[in-house]
Amino acid sequence: MTDVAAYRRPHKGTQPEYLHPPYVSARKRAPMQPLVMQPHTLSEVTGPLLGADALRPEDNDLTRQHAAAPLGERIIVSGRVLDENEQPAAHTLIEVWQSNAAGRYRHASDNHDAPLDPNFTGAGRVLTDNEGRYRFITIKPGAYPWRNHPNAWRPAHIHFSLFGRAFVTRLVTQMYFPGDPLLSYDPIFNAIANEGARNRLVADFDWDTTAPEFALGYRFDIVLRGREATPMER
Amino acid sequence: MAGTVTAAQTVGPFFSIGLKHLYVDDLAPLAPLHQKISMHGRVVDGDGKPVNDALLEIWQADAQGIYAHPDDVRNNEATPGFRGFGRIATVENGEFRFTTIKPGRVAGPDGALQAPHLLVAVFMRGLLRHLVTRLYFPDDAANASDPILERVPEARRATLIATKSATALEWNVILQGSNETVFFDY
Repeated sequence: MTDVAAYRRPHKGTQPEYLHPPYVSARKRAPMQPLVMQPHTLSEVTGPLLGADALRPEDNDLTRQHAAAPLGERIIVSGRVLDENEQPAAHTLIEVWQSNAAGRYRHASDNHDAPLDPNFTGAGRVLTDNEGRYRFITIKPGAYPWRNHPNAWRPAHIHFSLFGRAFVTRLVTQMYFPGDPLLSYDPIFNAIANEGARNRLVADFDWDTTAPEFALGYRFDIVLRGREATPMER
Repeated sequence: MAGTVTAAQTVGPFFSIGLKHLYVDDLAPLAPLHQKISMHGRVVDGDGKPVNDALLEIWQADAQGIYAHPDDVRNNEATPGFRGFGRIATVENGEFRFTTIKPGRVAGPDGALQAPHLLVAVFMRGLLRHLVTRLYFPDDAANASDPILERVPEARRATLIATKSATALEWNVILQGSNETVFFDY
């Protein structure tokens, strides 16, 4: 058997370092020893292909999972998932989770004094189509305080989890909203040294996604790792 | 920059909202009982405190060393019903548990076979990007010539190999300190 075609390594500064000291939680959790460089084997270039069996019909509309509509500003989020070689990441699972419009998560450990919404769980799932496109409906999440530093507030965000085709294409990230004044103060967002890479986590307001008399639209495109080259033979 | 990979961000403390629908702590529900292995361990931070908000994801081959993935040329001989994916959150004392089978050997670089191993991705609040490590099995002669273990400084290799406890295998994720688990630049 010949060697497998490896995935590209990230450009310096385009991924956060593990230890970004302004993010206090990283200080006792980031590894201190150097990472061990490893070649990609069949183990790394394969990965779980989670598909339609993980989805229920209401998973792509976070406003229709309860008896009534949740409070807050309804929005549509859509985009395209490609790899570095501009090939669509087709039929890949996207999992999203977020706070409600008041900035409160439906989670036992969230003790922020903001109301829960009985009509909002904050979890969604969607599968990309043949062209890597996805779309889901939700409400705009609220900002919320945290204890990282005095008067610390997280900018509004939606958590995204994606798989791609390989174990090494796995990506967990956060989508932010344009014009949010909290972004420049946020140590998690600012842990990405490269400004261009950082700003690509901010969705664009998008007329094409906006639905008349229904909801504003945001576009958030995602790029997963792509392969260096195709194997010479199989 | 259009083709630059999207930057990672931490899963944060509330990931269970979005990710628990796919929690899988039995990777081989259809396997015969004698093949099943119970694995347990803890995730521990730089102060030695248990991490009760970590998430582990497992990826492994079946007992024959075949991945349930079309890029494995032996995919059509893969064990029916075996996906090889696990997702387990730690609990209050930092513990995790899962059940699986020992995978077969998988091809490595330059045609060398790898020793049986699981891939493990580690997510938690405080990790801006997930960590990747490997879990090998104790008392396996193949460990001595594994092409990935060979790249790990000898003194640190033991952090990747499970140990035997009374009825199970134990393997811990130590984030910092003298016994820090080896994590890979993937």
